[in-house]
Amino acid sequence: MKSTAAGLPLSYRLAVASRCLAALFGGYALAAMAGVLLSQWLPLPRADAVQVGMMSSFLFYLGAFIWAFASHSAWRAWLGILLPSLVLGTINGLTYWVARP
Amino acid sequence: MKEGFRQAMAWLHTWAGLIFGWLLFAIFLTGTMSYFKPEITRWSQPEVPVRALDIPLALGKAQDYLQRNAGDAPNWFIQLPDERTPGITVGWRGGDGQRGFIRKTLDAATGAEVPTRETRGGDFFYRFHFQLEMPYPWGRWLATFAALMMLVGLVTGIITHKKIFKEFFTFRPGKGQRLWLDGHNAIGVLVLPFHLMISYSSLVIFMYMVMPAPILAGYDNQDSYFNEVFGGRDLVAASGEKAPMQALPQLYARLLAQAPEAKISWLEIQRPGDRNAQVLFVPDGRERVSVQRGAGWRFNGADGSLAWSARPESVAGIVSGGFYGLHMASFAGPLLRWLYFFFGLAGTAVIGTGLVMWLGKRQVKHARSGTQPFELRLVEVLNIASMSGLILAVAGFFWANRLLPVGLEGRAQWEVNLFFGVWLASLLHALLRPGRRAWGEQLALAALAWTALPLLNGLTTGQGLNHSIPGGDWAMAGFDLTVFGCGLLFAWTAAKMLREPLPTARRTPKAARTPHLEAETN
Repeated sequence: MKSTAAGLPLSYRLAVASRCLAALFGGYALAAMAGVLLSQWLPLPRADAVQVGMMSSFLFYLGAFIWAFASHSAWRAWLGILLPSLVLGTINGLTYWVARP
Repeated sequence: MKEGFRQAMAWLHTWAGLIFGWLLFAIFLTGTMSYFKPEITRWSQPEVPVRALDIPLALGKAQDYLQRNAGDAPNWFIQLPDERTPGITVGWRGGDGQRGFIRKTLDAATGAEVPTRETRGGDFFYRFHFQLEMPYPWGRWLATFAALMMLVGLVTGIITHKKIFKEFFTFRPGKGQRLWLDGHNAIGVLVLPFHLMISYSSLVIFMYMVMPAPILAGYDNQDSYFNEVFGGRDLVAASGEKAPMQALPQLYARLLAQAPEAKISWLEIQRPGDRNAQVLFVPDGRERVSVQRGAGWRFNGADGSLAWSARPESVAGIVSGGFYGLHMASFAGPLLRWLYFFFGLAGTAVIGTGLVMWLGKRQVKHARSGTQPFELRLVEVLNIASMSGLILAVAGFFWANRLLPVGLEGRAQWEVNLFFGVWLASLLHALLRPGRRAWGEQLALAALAWTALPLLNGLTTGQGLNHSIPGGDWAMAGFDLTVFGCGLLFAWTAAKMLREPLPTARRTPKAARTPHLEAETN
């Protein structure tokens, strides 16, 4: 990331801002959805599965932060976080709907 | 972010560390102090006499006092004395809704009210550590997010340092920037397991607040989940029928017959004097690492039968309680507690060296021109105010504790006001003085303020080191000796800052005074 502050193009700054938002909000969504998935599918009593889900969710948040800044472009950062969040969210939604019609 | 994984992680480490470093420094320092929260409170309230520990006696005295002074209150709270807390604290709701909470400190042997100075003591630093004196719940959210950023900083730091173990044995003192980097790496790696544990466990502690989605997906609301996991603790309804309450020492004896190893630190008595009265005993969680939240025994106050006791935990509960316990270290004896304290200081030092390094690396580029761009000056001022300024503010709190008149209206809040006042003053001072001078002057003042605290304590309370050491009062003596030691450390750093000439001052060609807008991102 060698560059001079004055010479940083606006597009670069926007891309960094975009990655920050992807990490912050996208990462939270991914963590929450992963936590919910674990809490619904782990073969444990409900209260325990919820605890394990909450405890594990932060590792997904951490992973999302790393991904957001490691991926090759800001678009890929968003894609790599939102796509799994959507997949997990869909599974969670279906599970929730089946469990409580 | 095109240069490869490690460079990207170094970038993230650098910037996450810079933006959250100032806040994390304060969180780590006050958190480290909180390992000695009872001792700080003890020092802040020197009026409370130390008595031989006798729990049944203390329980009886507390009950007598509450019966006489708060017979009509809907519930009572009793915090029992232990090896580290000499007095009994009793509390009750005194009529005026939520705000009408009354709290008194009692002599553990006589049950007489101790006229202590009004102070938040160690609790102030403890609360600041995770609430940042912000309104609920914003401070907790911010502190928890800062913990996540600490975790991000640690993991990206590990990724950045490929040769982590080789670098651990590298220390190049007297080489300026290299010294800071080596110190940052050595301390960071040496206590890495502690750092990882402390950051991750803070997330687990507040997971119910910051990550409620798994709860809400499986339960109607959070309360039904908490009731299932911890058992309900709602206030029981009063029957309206009077019934004399069992003596607390008797209930305590009954509890010990059931659970001989229980160490009780906290009691809640609901509807005292009513036929529905209930007495909840809460253990202090010191007998093992994992803290069971919601643990306790509840007795019917009127007939003394056991109404409820916490269920044995599941493995998941033990794991999350384990992270809670590891973070709070209530299980730790004196030796391990000191180890925690030094690990906490190491964490503080890793954050501090990181901040200094960020600036130092970039200032080198501007050494020749003698001027530095606005953003570097901003970081410099914030570094000084967040580090030496905070150290001064802590001293300000303790000085206020000893010097404010005991009868002052809102005294506890004035201590806090002075804490923030000194902190703000140090920010102004850092704005007005050149960087190295500001560091040196603030650290010199801090050295004076910290080393003089034992003397101030001796003069104002008559419980100085000449009394506490021969008397074996190690909480008081330990505080005095620790602040004195810290003061000596600050004196040493202040001397280094004030003595060494500014490296840039010698070679400042006047012609080159054009501001270089050059900033390196790593």
